[in-house]
Amino acid sequence: MASKTKTAQFDAKMQLEKVEEQFQTFQILNEEGKVVNESAMPDLSDEQLQELMRRMVYTRILDQRSISLNRQGRLGFYAPTAGQEASQLASQFALEKEDFILPGYRDVPQVIWHGLPLSQAFLWSRGHFEGGNIPEGVNVIAPQIIIGAQFIQAAGVALGMKKRGTKTVAITYTGDGGTSQGDFYEGINFAGAFKAPAIFIVQNNRFAISTPVALQSAAKTLAQKAVSAGIPGIQVDGMDPLAVYVAVREARERAINGEGPTLIETLTYRYGPHTMAGDDPTRYRTSDLDNEWEKKDPLVRFRKFLEDKGIWNEEMENETIEKAKEDIKVAIKQADDTPKQKVTDLISIMQEELPYNLKEQYEIYKEKESK
Amino acid sequence: MAQMTMIQAITDALRTELRNDPNVLVFGEDVGVNGGVFRATEGLHSEFGEDRVFDTPLAESGIGGLAVGLSLQGFRPVPEIQFFGFVYEVMDSISGQLARMRYRSGGRYNAPVTIRSPFGGGVHTPEMHADSLEGLMAQQPGLKVVIPSTPYDAKGLLISSIRDNDPVIFLEHMKLYRSFRQEVPEGEYTIPLGKAEVKREGSDLSIITYGAMVHEALKAAEELEKEGFSAEVIDLRTVSPIDIETIIASVEKTGRAIVVQEAQKQAGIAANVVAEINDRAILSLEAPVLRVAAPDTVFAFPQAETVWLPNYKDIIETGKKVLTF
Repeated sequence: MASKTKTAQFDAKMQLEKVEEQFQTFQILNEEGKVVNESAMPDLSDEQLQELMRRMVYTRILDQRSISLNRQGRLGFYAPTAGQEASQLASQFALEKEDFILPGYRDVPQVIWHGLPLSQAFLWSRGHFEGGNIPEGVNVIAPQIIIGAQFIQAAGVALGMKKRGTKTVAITYTGDGGTSQGDFYEGINFAGAFKAPAIFIVQNNRFAISTPVALQSAAKTLAQKAVSAGIPGIQVDGMDPLAVYVAVREARERAINGEGPTLIETLTYRYGPHTMAGDDPTRYRTSDLDNEWEKKDPLVRFRKFLEDKGIWNEEMENETIEKAKEDIKVAIKQADDTPKQKVTDLISIMQEELPYNLKEQYEIYKEKESK
Repeated sequence: MAQMTMIQAITDALRTELRNDPNVLVFGEDVGVNGGVFRATEGLHSEFGEDRVFDTPLAESGIGGLAVGLSLQGFRPVPEIQFFGFVYEVMDSISGQLARMRYRSGGRYNAPVTIRSPFGGGVHTPEMHADSLEGLMAQQPGLKVVIPSTPYDAKGLLISSIRDNDPVIFLEHMKLYRSFRQEVPEGEYTIPLGKAEVKREGSDLSIITYGAMVHEALKAAEELEKEGFSAEVIDLRTVSPIDIETIIASVEKTGRAIVVQEAQKQAGIAANVVAEINDRAILSLEAPVLRVAAPDTVFAFPQAETVWLPNYKDIIETGKKVLTF
C-alpha cells in the first residue's frame, strides 16, 4: 500500500535557525584591541583594567613555569591554561569574594585569584590533600576531576545560597566536552527549576582532549543548550576579557536579583596539550588552526587596548612577570617544605570517627611508616 | 508510647530532626506534597514548608549533586532515592564525591548527608526496585551503611544517621515498612551507628544477619530450639562498619556461626563477616562458617522471587550443617 504524503507539522529548519540566530557571539574588544561594542563597555576603572591585565600576564607566566616544573618532575597533574586567560580570569574578576567557585581541573587560576594560596595549588597538583584544605574565608572547592559533577553541585551550592538569602552566586566551569554529560543538563535544569543563583560557564576550547566540538553535539552553539533548561544562555568571545567580564557580571546581577541561573559559553582555545601527561595536540590539531587562534590571543588584544589608553607599558608588564616568577619560587619552596602526605594521614581523614578496621590499619601503617 | 509501623517511625524520625535542626533538609522525587511514594514524608511538607521539604526534578544524579552542594553551604541534607535500584544513576555523587569530601578537602569540608532509600524483595516490584546493593555501598570507604529491622531501630538509627557528620546510606526494607507495629517512643532517642544488637541469646550457634532476614533468623532459631539447638541471633543494624566486637564475642561463645543476607552470595556483607571471623576467631570455631544468601543472579522477577529469596527454612538447613559438622 502506498503511503500517504503528509504535510510537515512544523518547519524543522526554521525552528533550528530561529534558535541559533539568538546565540550570536558577544564581543567588545576585537582581535586588534579595538572596542567594537562601545555601548556594552563595562564600568571598570583604569586600576581595575590594569589589575585584570596583571592577572592575565601573571597567569600566563604561571602556566609556563608550571609546564616547566612539571617537566622537571616538580609538579604533578597539570592542565595547561594559556589561551584561556580571558575566559578564566575575567569571569572570576566579575565575582565578589563571597561567591563560591566550583572549578574543573583546568580552572586552577580562578581559584588562585579567589584566594587559594599558590603553594596549595602546587600541593593539589602533587596530589597532596593539603592542597584541597581551602583556607577559611576562601569560597572555593578543590578542582573537580569528574567531568560534569561540578555542575550538579553548583546547583546545590546555589540553592543553599538562595535558602540562606546571602545574595551571592555559585559559579562553575566545564569545557565543550562537559556539555555532553548528563550532569551538565541536570545541573542547569535543577538550578533553573529552583531559580538558584548559579552561573554555568562552558569554556569551549574546541577540543575535549582530541575530540572536536563538532563531534560532541548537533547543536550549533553550546550556549543554546540553555534553552532546553528554560534558562538564558549567551555565547561570548572567550578571548575578549571585557566581553567575558560583562557577561558574567550581568549573569551575577540576574542571579542575586532572584532571576535564576545563566549559561555562558566562552569561545576560547588552549594553546597547550590537554594535560602534561603525554597528550600530543599535533595528533588532532593543525598548526593552521593553532595560528588562527593565537591571533585572537587575549593578552595581545588587551595589552593593545590598555596601551592605546596609555595605562599599560613594558615596565608594568615586566614588573608583573618578575613578581609572578618570585611568587612561584616562594610557593614551590612552601610546597616542598610541607611534610609529605602519609598513609596514616589518609586513614585519619576518612571519617570523623574511625571504624575498627581503619583504627587497626592506622597502627599497621604507623609501624611501616616509622621505618 | 505509640504503636508504629516502620514507615511511621521513619516519618517520626524525619519530623524530629526537621524540628531539632534548621539545617536539615528533606528532598527527592515526590517527597513534597505527595509525601513520598511510600508516604515516608507524609505531612512533612505541610508542617515544614517548601523551603525544608521539597520535590526535585526527576534525576537521581542531580539529587546527589544537590546534596553535595547543600552540604557545602552548611546544610544537613536528607535526600531520598525513590528506589535503591536507581542508585547506579547517582553513584558518582555517592562514591566519587560525598565519600571523599573530607579527604579531598584536607578536612575542611565534610558531608553530613543521609541518603534514604527503600529496597528489598518480597513485595513483587518491577525490575531495579528490590535489589540488595548494600555490599556495593559497603565497599566504598568513607560511607556508613545502615539497615534497620524494626520500627524502634529505624527511628533511633535514622536520627543518629542524620546527626552523623559523615555520609550515611540508610536502607529501608520495603517488606518491613508495614509488616508489623512496635512501641516507638515519642520525641528523640538515638541508637549508635556501628553497634549490633543481640536479638536472641543462644549457646550453640551464632546467626549473624540484618534487615528483613533478622525475622527469618528469629523464626529459624525458634524452630531449632524445638530440636534442642540454642541459636543466638545478631542483628548487625549497621552493615558498614560492622560491630566486630559483638560478632566475635558471640562466635567465641558458640563456636559455630552462619551469616545470612538477602543479597546474592557473591562478595557482599556476609563474605566480609565470614572473613573477619576467620581472621579473628578461627581457634574458637568448631565448624566452618557458612552463608545463607540468594543465588548469584540479578534479582529475580516476581514469578521466581519467593524461591529466590532466602527464608527461615534455608537458615535452619544451613544452621544444622554447621551444628552437626
